Amino acid sequence: MSNFARPVHIGIDGVFYSLAHVPQLVRFGSKPARELVDRPSLQDELNGSLRSFTDAVAYAAHQTFIGNLTPEALRACKAPWFENSIEGASEKGRFGDLVDQGSFYRLLAQADQFNLVSLDQQWLAGLSRGVSDGQRLQLRTSDQIAALIQKGALPLGSGKRMAGCFEPGHAEDVNLTADILLENLAAKATAAHALSSLMASLQMAPMDVDYVISCSEEAVGDRYNRGGGNLAKAIAEQAGCMNAAGTDVKSFCAGPMYAMVHGASLIQSGLCRNVAVVAGGSLAKLGMKFQSHLEKRMPILEDVLASFAVLLGPPKKNQPCLRLNSASFHRVGAASSPQGMAEGLAEAPLKKLGMKLTDVDRYAVELHNPEITVPSGSGDVPRTNYRTLAALAVMRGQLKKDQMEDFVRDRGMVGYAPTQGHIPSAVSYLGHALDALRAGRIKNSLFISKGSLFLGKMTQLSDGCSFLIENAEESWRSNVEG
Amino acid sequence: MLKGKKVIAIGERDGVPGPVIAECLEGGGFEVVFQVTECFV
Repeated sequence: MSNFARPVHIGIDGVFYSLAHVPQLVRFGSKPARELVDRPSLQDELNGSLRSFTDAVAYAAHQTFIGNLTPEALRACKAPWFENSIEGASEKGRFGDLVDQGSFYRLLAQADQFNLVSLDQQWLAGLSRGVSDGQRLQLRTSDQIAALIQKGALPLGSGKRMAGCFEPGHAEDVNLTADILLENLAAKATAAHALSSLMASLQMAPMDVDYVISCSEEAVGDRYNRGGGNLAKAIAEQAGCMNAAGTDVKSFCAGPMYAMVHGASLIQSGLCRNVAVVAGGSLAKLGMKFQSHLEKRMPILEDVLASFAVLLGPPKKNQPCLRLNSASFHRVGAASSPQGMAEGLAEAPLKKLGMKLTDVDRYAVELHNPEITVPSGSGDVPRTNYRTLAALAVMRGQLKKDQMEDFVRDRGMVGYAPTQGHIPSAVSYLGHALDALRAGRIKNSLFISKGSLFLGKMTQLSDGCSFLIENAEESWRSNVEG
Repeated sequence: MLKGKKVIAIGERDGVPGPVIAECLEGGGFEVVFQVTECFV
């Protein structure tokens, strides 16, 4: 047999997800911002369809995202989920949390080293939660905030008043405008919150992190190096990982899978003891489908910035691990059709491990919440992907055609992640997968992500990355020496 | 009948990519004046 039969395992110590509920930043999402220029009257309609924090917390898809509901339990929840709130829902989850808008503004201000964010001192004093930290915040009066907004700063609303504002970083540089910097700083602040929360949940000192990889979707840089990057190091600093180095790994929505493979490789090579893979939320994608939601008289569901942090480390016996030598990448010359992607990202890695498509207990694909995408005509993305995998299994004689629906139900799941690009892309299932592996409910899971490289107009190519996770049979020592 | 007809081909990331549609249409005699692949999520 090939050497792939002998697993190379890297431990997955834990994951933390966060949803920052920011209804009053929906207007700064790419689609709403463009539409509001043409139709300023839309603002009232938009404002009238925003959710409260309580509703966002009680939303079944969000409860699944942070670990309080399993994907199986979500399937049993009555739809539409936005009309059937989860009673007694908590903003604290098994492996995640929801952050309210006021707390997010404070995270944003704490992450700001260039006096971009000003908070209204009266608003801050009136906050009911979390105002006790000693970190430096730039506070101003309501009149000063109003004057800055008049001069071009972006308003940070809170109900009917201003909580603060966000100023541009440069008078002439189009890469340092207030909207771009808000997008970048929101990614930094949300990712740092996820990383800090992960450290707390693992009872690990941030100083013990060796390396941080960010797979966020922003482009940090000025006029001479647009997209220059390394938001990872800024996130690491914000989370107190002062001994860590870091860098970014990007490939559109496929970024998180690549970042995990790169991080695992740094550990396997012996260069790092551990690696944190992180991503912040995508401000640009807020309200992406808002017009369809308004037309259908639904609340605007794309009102959260989603983030995550994963810690990779040495494998531990009987604990969940990334099987590094199962990793598969979409090659330049490979087909970009759904079948071609499924062959390259599901069949190919399994084949080299001597496995069939039906040997995988659970597939993690792009887990976009269908309640967000179906009303806009974008379809049920996870279901489409699961049907493609099932069809491939039928073509290979591993499944009968009348078993396709069973395959979709038993080896797939209903989507529950907000449409935040890189966040729904398989990695959203990792928390549930770790639980299911530890409890013995599944023996493995194949994570598959896809990236739409063609959107950047540099190539017509797609991209993708996949890997298998399973429990390690051995701990580190026998893994590297045996 | 198809020869010279101008068409726009819009592909989808989870469906058929734009260049593939364009190639099929050109093979059938259409003139593809614009093709694109979109990602709707």
